Amino acid sequence: MTTRTLTMALLASTLLTGAAQAQDVTLTIESWRNDDLTIWQDKIIPAFEAENPGIKVVFSPSAPAEYNAVLNSKLDAGSAGDLITCRPFDASLELYNKGKLADLTDLEAMANFSPVARSGWSTDDAAHTFCVPMASVIHGFIYNKDAFTALGIEVPKTEAEFFAALDKIKADGTYIPMAMGTNDQWEAATMGYNNIGPNYWKGEDGRLALIAGTQKLTDEDWVAPYRQLAKWKDYLGDGFEAQTYPDSQNLFTLGRAAIYPAGSWEISGFRAQADFEMGAFYPPVPAAGDDCYISDHTDIAIGMNAASPNAEAARTFLNWVGTSDFASLYSNALPGFFSLSNEPVTLDDPLAQEFASWRGTCKSTIRSTYQILSRGTPNLENETWNASANVIRGTETPEDAAKRLQEGLASWYAPQQ
Amino acid sequence: MAERKPIRWHIAVFLAPAVAVYTAIMIVPLFATLNLSLFNLVDGVKSFVGLDNFRTLFGDPRWSASFWNALGNNAWFFVVHMLVQNPIGVALAALLSSPRLRMAAFYRTAIFIPTILSFVIVGFVWKLILSPIWGIAPGMLDAVGLKALFAPWLGKEAYALTTLALISVWQFVGIPMMLIYAALLSIPDEVLEAAEMDGVTGASQFWKIKLPLILPSIGIISILTFVGNFNAFDLIYVSQGALAGPNYATDILGTFLYRTFFGFQLQLGDPHMGASIATAMFLIILAGVSVYLFAIQTRLRRYQF
Repeated sequence: MTTRTLTMALLASTLLTGAAQAQDVTLTIESWRNDDLTIWQDKIIPAFEAENPGIKVVFSPSAPAEYNAVLNSKLDAGSAGDLITCRPFDASLELYNKGKLADLTDLEAMANFSPVARSGWSTDDAAHTFCVPMASVIHGFIYNKDAFTALGIEVPKTEAEFFAALDKIKADGTYIPMAMGTNDQWEAATMGYNNIGPNYWKGEDGRLALIAGTQKLTDEDWVAPYRQLAKWKDYLGDGFEAQTYPDSQNLFTLGRAAIYPAGSWEISGFRAQADFEMGAFYPPVPAAGDDCYISDHTDIAIGMNAASPNAEAARTFLNWVGTSDFASLYSNALPGFFSLSNEPVTLDDPLAQEFASWRGTCKSTIRSTYQILSRGTPNLENETWNASANVIRGTETPEDAAKRLQEGLASWYAPQQ
Repeated sequence: MAERKPIRWHIAVFLAPAVAVYTAIMIVPLFATLNLSLFNLVDGVKSFVGLDNFRTLFGDPRWSASFWNALGNNAWFFVVHMLVQNPIGVALAALLSSPRLRMAAFYRTAIFIPTILSFVIVGFVWKLILSPIWGIAPGMLDAVGLKALFAPWLGKEAYALTTLALISVWQFVGIPMMLIYAALLSIPDEVLEAAEMDGVTGASQFWKIKLPLILPSIGIISILTFVGNFNAFDLIYVSQGALAGPNYATDILGTFLYRTFFGFQLQLGDPHMGASIATAMFLIILAGVSVYLFAIQTRLRRYQF
């Protein structure tokens, strides 16, 4: 009799748990961030599931280089996950236009994001937003604090101070003043031109004016950053022409170079490699008292598969992504990827905190070439890589480079014609 | 009534697998590519545009500048191989076939090994060797007092392409060496003995007897080099990236095609223009091979032993 009761009880409990599980919804996230798999599994997803019983989340990333192709074919085949990690600008816009990504303009959490943060995942007229911004990367310069202390250098605030500091490091000779190479080209554009540029073209003002066609790449505001880049040549290491991106990272983390033109995504890697103290400063302004502008580039967001059968649960998750809980979880788990939320976030990593603090002192903008302007042929972003590397190597003058870029842009972009 | 020959079905049956596989993976894609190059998106709809893509490729100043730059670089890449790889290959084969050489098998293997290495390894290893920061090249030059000759070759517009071509020569010199070596071994001893009887020995024996006998092999090697070089892509992509820096100095048709077809970074892929470039490459290679087959190979004198 007892045995039988026990069996019944066991059976009943099995049935009950079965019933409870049947109500659970499982959401699958498509992503290219396979580096972040453990962070999602150990920190982010448990935090969400604890708050939202009944919704299970699976993070299923693919390799970054294959992500766009894999995602497109999965979406076409109808086998894509419920939540889609969004690349910024045209790649995601195309998915939205094809009806693959759902319109999220009316999601409550959208109120937590500024128009700049949403620009990467909105239609050109900003009327519809289709992904919840997750994180941006901020550009600036990381420096070796030991080197600065040994040489008695203060953190430069203006361009003049910046070059004075570089001269001092060069004269001393212990350190290579700045670690950057032109072999891979993109650093010259991303960590060079688009890092220092916003100070000259006044951030969003200049960027939007370029898109509207009221400014040209040959205007002084857009040529001046190239003039500064042309001066960098003398402060780079021997043979910088053949120096690759990993070479530059290693030069800096081995303590052989004093300053590294950086993106904030370097922080966790550098933390693991460098055994000296690091600091960071925002791009020095042209003259003392000028407003400072930083490239706070929207990089990653998350949207909803328009064909998802679990839309309700997916919206719950997306609303949670817009909260400060998620922001602080994510930003602390991945120092260097900063939440785009308006809600304040405290960061434990002092270097990451330094980068994030510039949002209070400087005005944010995104990389000038990313929105709309890289849709045609020649591709402005690729041309900017080439032009920036040429200018740093000294094989093209700033004026010629700007002229070439302007002609290329004007050849297909109507507002610039 | 004359007896009709039975249809020989077995020929068709035996040929069928090879024909089917070759058609499926070579002929169909080739014609699909040629076909794709005649279409483009007009107002977002795929439509037939005839030769318009080629008009853009050759007529638009930017497209044509990129194309001619890539073609010129490719031609130089080929010239370096013809002037360096093949003569060295022939010379090595001549040395290896010398009966007095000891450890010939060892040299043969050692020289051939780079050929079987992956492009990724070759590109990466040479990048490290030539790196101005960690490389051993500056140190070695310094040791013999020639440090001044060192330059960051892969990063200089003037040197990058030649450097890469020489790396490719290093990798592939084993192939002409092996082919010529085989050709040299197949020369019958009687011919060489007769030459010796007539007093033709040493270097003059090589120039007057052996070289004419291996000319057909050299012709084949030249055409293999031509096809290989004009289809090259991997080494440049691995060491310089898809933008083929510095300033497109190492851009060859393969990297140009890749960038156009698959897109790069923010540049979205354009299969139609990509297919046009692929078609142009196909026609260039076809023309080169035809010139060889009809103008050169038919005039080469062959010797039957």
